Amino acid sequence: MAGAAGHFGGTNKAGGRVGTRDPRWMRWGLTMVAVVFLAVMLILPLVIVFATAFSKGWAGFAAAIAESESWSAIKLTLLAAVVSVPLNLVFGVAAAWAISKFEFRGKNLLITVIDLPFSVSPIIAGMLFVLLFGAHGWLGPWLAARDIKIIFAVPGIVLATVFVTVPFVARELIPLMQAQGREEEEAALSLGASGWQAFFRVTIPNIKWGLIYGVILCNARALGEFGAVSVVSGHIQGVTNTMPLQIEILYNEYKFVPAFAMASLLVLMALLTLVVKHGIEWRAARSHAQTVDETVGVAATA
Amino acid sequence: MARGKRHRVLPGFGLTCGYTLTYLGLVVLIPLATLFLKTSSLTWVQFWTTVTSERALFAYKLTIGASFLAALVNSVFGLIVAWVLVRYRFPGRAILDALVDLPFALPTAVAGISLCALYAPGGWLGGILQKAGVQVAYAPLGVVIAMVFVSLPFVVRTVQPVLADLDQEVEEASASLGARRWQTLRRVVFPSVLPSLLTGLALAFGRSLGEFGSIVFISGNMPGRTEIASLLILTRLEEFDYAGATAIAVVMLGMSFGMIFVINVLQTWSRRGAV
Repeated sequence: MAGAAGHFGGTNKAGGRVGTRDPRWMRWGLTMVAVVFLAVMLILPLVIVFATAFSKGWAGFAAAIAESESWSAIKLTLLAAVVSVPLNLVFGVAAAWAISKFEFRGKNLLITVIDLPFSVSPIIAGMLFVLLFGAHGWLGPWLAARDIKIIFAVPGIVLATVFVTVPFVARELIPLMQAQGREEEEAALSLGASGWQAFFRVTIPNIKWGLIYGVILCNARALGEFGAVSVVSGHIQGVTNTMPLQIEILYNEYKFVPAFAMASLLVLMALLTLVVKHGIEWRAARSHAQTVDETVGVAATA
Repeated sequence: MARGKRHRVLPGFGLTCGYTLTYLGLVVLIPLATLFLKTSSLTWVQFWTTVTSERALFAYKLTIGASFLAALVNSVFGLIVAWVLVRYRFPGRAILDALVDLPFALPTAVAGISLCALYAPGGWLGGILQKAGVQVAYAPLGVVIAMVFVSLPFVVRTVQPVLADLDQEVEEASASLGARRWQTLRRVVFPSVLPSLLTGLALAFGRSLGEFGSIVFISGNMPGRTEIASLLILTRLEEFDYAGATAIAVVMLGMSFGMIFVINVLQTWSRRGAV
């Protein structure tokens, strides 16, 4: 994407092709519209988070983060991510391997099912687990008899987080591995490698960046999930509150500085996610441009 | 290449496919099946009265209307943003381009409180708008603003690659045949991005339908005024009215699944249009 845009930039800078250049007033006007729209919709919300978080200086910020309830919320959020990201990483790799390396019937249906959690509203996602494990749910009485708590407890939060983050790694890897085909793995096997060796020495290096990209997106959602977790949590401060839930409580109690202090940590996580994402895209565009240049070079000498 | 005919050389089909199906079954399909089983415990009459109650009807209307409005706003501005990012060069372009993905990465609760603080009466933007007589926070317009935020990346990111791949020779040809610039844009450029624009619009609409976290703060959650469908489901759940919550959830899921179908059709169309 960025690579192709760069090519057009090149032709435009080189004086612009005849008839593909917009009039000056239009370039200026549209740029202003785009910049103002993005500034109001995206930049202002970020600015107000930091402005409020630090409105009482560093001391106010530090005091807000150091509260014991904030700490336990941070720990629970990290726990949910630490469980759900590896689970969905393994799932994503397995699903992508099955879908990209083999032909079977119902493949498109399988891809649709993998994407389903994206189409389910977070509130409904949380509700599914209440219907299954809640006090009045299908397994509720069975669980109650054995004194196992899932809903309004930590396992429910982890389950809801796993559900909403199922598709992230798989949907990055499936198109990538489909495009790469299976010749390289087959070559490795014909040279005597075992299946696992082909996977770790050939497949993993090939999909490395897509894998990292999927993992950071999965992680961002796991750390930030609100709706689904809100339904199963029960909002017990210090026990079942994740960072987004703690932010909600603080905000509703008009404790704006602590609320935005917690929020600023999640904003930093989001910004870091964007930096990594664009770093990977930039790398991909550069290596793509190199391949194109080499091909062009070969064609020119031939 | 003779694809299907070749025998499976690579190992691991049984393992990966089996694992994929088991995992999806446990984590996604069994929970979803519970929802439909729960609904079947209602009679048709009960189901119908629940999903067509006045409060529920209002919630669907607000959710659908606001989602559509937000998708329209994002279509107009998203098209402009994509055009500017692909065709123009100006300082800060790369940063703006990266920032477009922010709503994908920013937790919705964070978006919710910061939008609410911005647009609340006396807030940075809310104060200005209040003087102009426009109320955003705790009004239906607030729901739209939150939806515009969460669905902002879709149109930009579906239109952008199509614009970047557009063959500029067609534009040159159009210009050399005497078309004015705006005629070229309208008759040549716009038709080729239309399928991707509609795909982006549908994706944005679908995303807004189920949105919750960024809306609940700014909307004020007044039944019959700013209560969206997701929130009504949550309210029913908190009242332990599981059947009522389930019935409304089934209606919303039906809409979401309908959108998956529409988006698939649009994507097939835009892929064919690209060739």
